[in-house]
Amino acid sequence: MSGHGDGHIVAHRPFPAAATVELGKPQLRENLRNATHTIRDKRLRLVAERDDWEELRASGARIKDGVLARLPELLDQFTEAATAAGAVVHRAADAEQACAIVTDLVRATGETEVLKVKSMATQEIALNEALTAAGIEPVETDLAELIVQLAGDTPSHILVPAIHYNRAQIRDIFARQMPGVDLSTLTDDPPALAEAARRHLRQKFLTARVAVSGANFAVAETGSLVVVESEGNGRMCLTLPETLISVVGIEKLVPNFQDLAVFLELLPRSSTGERMNPYTTVWSGVTPGDGPQQVHIVLLDNGRSAVRDDPVGRQALRCIRCSACLNVCPVYERVGGHAYGSVYPGPIGAILSPQLTGQAAGANRTLPYASTLCGACFDACPVRINIPELLIHLRQTGPKPAGERAAMRAAAQVMRSPRRYRSALRSLRWAAAPLRWTNRRGRLRRLPWPLSGWTASRDAPLPPGASFRQWWADR
Amino acid sequence: MRIALFLTCVNDAMFPATGQAVVRILERLGHTVEFPAAQTCCGQMHANSGYRDEAVPMVRHFADTFAPYQAIVAPSGSCVAMVRDAYPRLWPAAAPVAARTYELSELLVDVLGVTDLGAYFPHRVTYHPTCHGLRMLRLGDRPQRLLREVEGLELVELPEAEECCGFGGTFAVKNSGVSSAMLADKCAAIGDTGAEYLAAADNSCLLHIGGGLSREGAGSKPVHYAEILANQKGAG
Ligand code: SF4
Repeated sequence: MSGHGDGHIVAHRPFPAAATVELGKPQLRENLRNATHTIRDKRLRLVAERDDWEELRASGARIKDGVLARLPELLDQFTEAATAAGAVVHRAADAEQACAIVTDLVRATGETEVLKVKSMATQEIALNEALTAAGIEPVETDLAELIVQLAGDTPSHILVPAIHYNRAQIRDIFARQMPGVDLSTLTDDPPALAEAARRHLRQKFLTARVAVSGANFAVAETGSLVVVESEGNGRMCLTLPETLISVVGIEKLVPNFQDLAVFLELLPRSSTGERMNPYTTVWSGVTPGDGPQQVHIVLLDNGRSAVRDDPVGRQALRCIRCSACLNVCPVYERVGGHAYGSVYPGPIGAILSPQLTGQAAGANRTLPYASTLCGACFDACPVRINIPELLIHLRQTGPKPAGERAAMRAAAQVMRSPRRYRSALRSLRWAAAPLRWTNRRGRLRRLPWPLSGWTASRDAPLPPGASFRQWWADR
Repeated sequence: MRIALFLTCVNDAMFPATGQAVVRILERLGHTVEFPAAQTCCGQMHANSGYRDEAVPMVRHFADTFAPYQAIVAPSGSCVAMVRDAYPRLWPAAAPVAARTYELSELLVDVLGVTDLGAYFPHRVTYHPTCHGLRMLRLGDRPQRLLREVEGLELVELPEAEECCGFGGTFAVKNSGVSSAMLADKCAAIGDTGAEYLAAADNSCLLHIGGGLSREGAGSKPVHYAEILANQKGAG
């Protein structure tokens, strides 16, 4: 039996409660709406350009399923090839172990500052917190990640961690938190903001000796890691320092470069709505005299093997973290990432977090209910993860409130028997009859618990005097 | 053709007029409609809420009840999606019956090959394509094609039509806050059209949207598109 994962993937408040807090922030909702609609329109345009998009999606899904089927074998192959190329490969069962490995590696270099390349895996294992506790300062170099770090906040989107801020808010954060920022030139213009961040980071790039990254893909055949990005800051971190430590989820494997090509088509169109991402960095172990001379790779499980053991749930591990599902999700659009309580928000977070941690962890059992099952996420997903199916699967396997279970059982007893069903229809009409006399509008403005949530914003109609089957019988 | 009407529980109890409309439309086209009295509910609420074991007996009951019919029609996108998409997974023997189950616009356009039903409805109408109709059944513009043939009807486009209305079955109660926020945006979009009627292929979504429109005292009234198609000159 494979163990569950831990780290920043546990919701500490039930989703409805956390969502209520976020719903009370009109500025947040406006920022989210603008940002998600912009990216979503771009994605649609770029996807429409490819008339083989559906085949590409199917190939992506097939390749990932193949990887998951022979994961242990591919991990060995990757480890062997990366080791032969001069990298040191470590394996971490959970977040705690992964953090300990990275912290020890940094300590061994004697450095007290590390550059960070934007990475979901290090967010997942709460690496920044672990490093800070060990007296090591992590410096985020991705612009959006830097904004969040300076604000003392947590990311709220997979691709755009600072999506919940608008330009004016970002300017305020820089003005308050960025050491040595030139206030005379700092406007809320994107180029001015980018310039301030560039100045802030340049000094770090030139002096840092250790960097920590994740990887978008890991090529089993050659032991190579791949990072794709838009800004180029990642490449600075991947090439300038002496020591490079990469934390890589075990599901990031692809068999070879030919398969990698499929994902380099799928990812940029789905995530940023670009034909190709501006920077793709590929490295294999150590090249003497060029780039980092100490290269470490930490292969992270943190619950992934347990997810792989579930035949229905396994498809979630196809995810390439493009965030397309977030940008089309009507629930995410209203509440943002923080409501999900995990570094994986939106539709993929609603399934992946409880899958990785097990549904007993914190409030993660509430996440699979944070969806109307509208299916927009499945349509958008470049690797065809059937998110609605997985949401239902998790609702099926997770704990349920005793009262609800009893009510559902009772309703099912009625619904499976035509006789009981007919009499239930009759009782409903009789129960409503006095209301029809007194309520002239035929609309109820307040229902008792547990339906009170309905009448918070909606009237409820009264059942009419005769059911259809009665009309049919009288015909 | 011998067509069985699967009315769905919400329609039977709350919206009998929709079922009557389907009967009128099909009989006007010269078909015999049967209403198997043993029918109950498709089990969608149970299956989607994670009560698979409770849903399976309903699936079997549906398959038994509708096995004798060549075609089964239901005026509900989400119930038909449940039958066609989920039934074969829940109980494989239900697959053949599931494959013969159609949403009303599919039956009319694809199976019977008609779009003009001789209907009359002199009103400004906008159409909300519900999520299950849109993404699971891929109804496309079939309902709109039917509505465009209706005499006197002015069909106006709904902004952001493909956005979910926020119903989602028990979601509307369990995550009432988010559901209400989605509903508010949907109601605002409907208001922008100035339509007298909001039509859709699912009374459960209309129950939710209509509840919001009513609470806000908005001008548009919810109506199942079948009721529009059934309406004829002189009938009011
Ligand atoms: S689930 Fe699919 S759409 Fe969502 S982030 Fe993962 S790959 Fe992208």
